[in-house]
Amino acid sequence: MDHDTYPESYISRILRSVKTIAMIGASGRDVRPSNIVMKYLLAKGYDVYPVNPGLAGKQVMGRTVYASLADIPVHIDMVDVFRGSDALPGVVDEILALDDRPDVLWTQLTVRNDEAARRAEEAGIKVVMNRCPKIEYGRHSGEIKWNGVNSRMISSKKPVMQKGYQALGIRPQRDRSQGD
Amino acid sequence: MPSNEPGFSTLAIHAGAQPDPTTGARATPIYQTTSFVFEDAEHAASLFGLKAFGNIYTRIMNPTQAVLEERIAALEGGTAALAVASGHAAQMIVFHTIMQPGDNFISANKLYGGSINQFGHAFKNFDWHVRWVDPTNPDEIEQQIDDRTRAIFIESLANPGGTFVDIKAIADIAHKHGLPLIVDNTMASPYLLRPIEHGADVVVHSMTKFIGGHGNSMGGIIVDGGTFNWSDSGKYPMLSEPRPEYGGMVLHETFGNFGFAIACRVLGLRDLGPALSPFNAFMLLTGVETLPLRMQKHCDNALEVATWLKGHDKVSWVSYSGLEDDPNHALMKKYSPKGAGAVFTFGLKGGFDAGVTFVESLEVFSHLANIGDTRSLVIHPSSTTHRQLSPEQQVAAGAGPDVVRLSIGIEDAADIIGDLEQALAAV
Repeated sequence: MDHDTYPESYISRILRSVKTIAMIGASGRDVRPSNIVMKYLLAKGYDVYPVNPGLAGKQVMGRTVYASLADIPVHIDMVDVFRGSDALPGVVDEILALDDRPDVLWTQLTVRNDEAARRAEEAGIKVVMNRCPKIEYGRHSGEIKWNGVNSRMISSKKPVMQKGYQALGIRPQRDRSQGD
Repeated sequence: MPSNEPGFSTLAIHAGAQPDPTTGARATPIYQTTSFVFEDAEHAASLFGLKAFGNIYTRIMNPTQAVLEERIAALEGGTAALAVASGHAAQMIVFHTIMQPGDNFISANKLYGGSINQFGHAFKNFDWHVRWVDPTNPDEIEQQIDDRTRAIFIESLANPGGTFVDIKAIADIAHKHGLPLIVDNTMASPYLLRPIEHGADVVVHSMTKFIGGHGNSMGGIIVDGGTFNWSDSGKYPMLSEPRPEYGGMVLHETFGNFGFAIACRVLGLRDLGPALSPFNAFMLLTGVETLPLRMQKHCDNALEVATWLKGHDKVSWVSYSGLEDDPNHALMKKYSPKGAGAVFTFGLKGGFDAGVTFVESLEVFSHLANIGDTRSLVIHPSSTTHRQLSPEQQVAAGAGPDVVRLSIGIEDAADIIGDLEQALAAV
């Protein structure tokens, strides 16, 4: 996978297929980016499992925090990493040591390590780096347009409405790009 | 830009807009409402805390404005934008976001007269200090930079003289000193020139001019290039420090490459208040759909008119960079090969009095203080827009007593020239 530019269909398919997300670097402080993203993903119906050894056993937004990926009692579809790029090789080691590996490794804005990504991809894990799932969900649903952000999406189709006011979902898109 | 990226004309029509999900309305509706209903208290808290995308109150955001914002961001190649009530409001909010009392910024001295007033006088009350420089002199720019300098500001195509500025050269100076380059792209419009491609970090517009294009609605916009690191130097605490307004949130860290646009919205527009009305946003959106067609016609007409004026015996000089022998022609070819814009100045041999008589004799041209209308417009800057400036400032700004400024419209060129011909006969 070219980690400079991802096909939109690759991102959209990941966001539509994953249900359980382990968030490494989750925070209990409500103005931290990881906390904001966790809140958004929960609101969009994802089942988020916060991971942070310093908060293990505590609750964040009503969810129990785990010390490590190995401690989570369910299958994780996607691991979302809120750690520095230098921590990524260790995260990949931890993932590869699991009996039940996730399908997707996602790292937040500015977090990228191509060598670590290559090892994960060789094990059949899809990788997205230097992206934010909240921003990507907002781009693909159109919600991010409400705040003047350039979604770089053009569509003459109806947005997908979710329950309640001001809530949009992701429309399955025709695959017009390659490399997926 | 990847090859499957839509072209400029496609973006001018489609970027930001989608059919309305409840009614199927294809044109963007005018959401003429002050406020938006919350789903529940939790949703309200998320919106107020910047944790969910969405609308709260039209002073901060509105769905009609949002379409306009995304459209201009796309046309300029930026990450996000914020639409406001006027170009002046855009500049006030940009500087409010980057300046603290006692700070200074460097500005080109060839600017719209209203900007010279805003920077030189109004901003002084906030203890923000402008340092004027000749944008063609890089050494002078560097000499003016000190540890309280926060930005460099230029117009890409400078009002009223219609001269292109070497954006890349000035961007390099700004970045060498860790400063953002802010470019007013009003006169060129993104159809002719996209400053972010040449190193600008923030672009502002008076949309009142070419973006709206029909002389019917005021509006301004701030485009975030997504290129500047607001956290590196510690000089921009609105972006790099925990904000008490939002429980200690750090805006650049939280919103990344569109953090500047968000800071302008939630710290600037929210608290200073110059919101754009949804109706004006709708008018400007309608206007921008034809920007590529209008702008090319403006440029083609202006070149024809400038060429004709240059041969007239009552005209002492014509300053239009589209003319091949113009000293600015090489920069125009580099930055704006599709055309040199609609606005230029020329000199009357008869000086100040001839300028007044000429303007009063025109029948098709309208004598008013605007540019970028479908109609041809004329003004004599030294008796109007630049009147408050000293004689030295007038000359420095390209607005001396013999100078007439034209904004060439998209009428038939023959009728524009015919009107100039009869008015020159009266001088």
